[in-house]
Amino acid sequence: MRLAALVLSCLIAPALCCIAPLRARAAPVPVIAGSRAPDFTRAGFDGKPVTLSVYRGKVVLLDFWASWCAPCLEEMPDLINLQKQNGGKLQVIGVSMDDGSDAAKSITKRFSFNYPLLMGDAQFGNLYGGVLGLPEIYLISRDGKVLKRWRGDMKSGELDQAVKAAVG
Amino acid sequence: MIRFGFAALALALMFAPAVAQPGTAPTIPQSALIQAAALADELKAGAAPTILQVGFSLLYAQAHIPGAVYAGPGNKEEGIDNLRTRAKTLAKDKPLVIYCGCCPWEKCPNIAAAWKELTAEGFKNLKVLYLADNFGADWADKGYPVTRGS
Repeated sequence: MRLAALVLSCLIAPALCCIAPLRARAAPVPVIAGSRAPDFTRAGFDGKPVTLSVYRGKVVLLDFWASWCAPCLEEMPDLINLQKQNGGKLQVIGVSMDDGSDAAKSITKRFSFNYPLLMGDAQFGNLYGGVLGLPEIYLISRDGKVLKRWRGDMKSGELDQAVKAAVG
Repeated sequence: MIRFGFAALALALMFAPAVAQPGTAPTIPQSALIQAAALADELKAGAAPTILQVGFSLLYAQAHIPGAVYAGPGNKEEGIDNLRTRAKTLAKDKPLVIYCGCCPWEKCPNIAAAWKELTAEGFKNLKVLYLADNFGADWADKGYPVTRGS
């Protein structure tokens, strides 16, 4: 019996090793309105962990940005204002998709951020179905579901209206 | 007379067409652009040109056009050096397509610099992939082929 288990595990282990890289390369699942926002924990720029699920009970704006993305930087004062006006009901989280953290962190000198910022990477992007262009913003409900996703430029006032409707 | 001159100038400015800012994507002539559907057709037909992604490596690592080689970012000197190195390995008369798609076309910091560099180097069959919003919205979301990983 033990011998059979040993033989079986010898056969299965290499097979799993082969499957794992294939799974890692599989196409990311798109995160669309109605689907659950994938949870994550990452160290923020200040070193403190940022976990999405910690903010259950609040509406979350997950903002993918980069220092080279002009429209992302144009939106930042609006995001800071939204956080200020809706602090009890809303949490903004900024995820930098810069190639390196130096450029991303330099942006903290231009704006007085009142919400956490963290570094993203390809794995993080793939968690959200691939962040293949910026800006990209997710509006997430109090129970962790995606209410809306914006890819690219958005119309003026669209974000404000959507946040107002979500926070109630 | 002076008043008339000012009025004429004001009117001229009012009705002048929007001028593209130097170094931005709209400075690339229409004749140098290739649309996503046309490039996708070439890929499907097995007649793919050489393709260079001149944007950011993090976007390339998540998804890129099959066969595309990373040669960026165009907004940095080291990225242009990377592009020059890659360009030295290519024939200047063969079809070559560059693309970025990091952000909306008018605001892309990479593509115009890359186009300018390759044009100056004498690439005669150079096209720039026009992606109005970004690579996700105008290529991947439309079901055109992508390869993932760097």
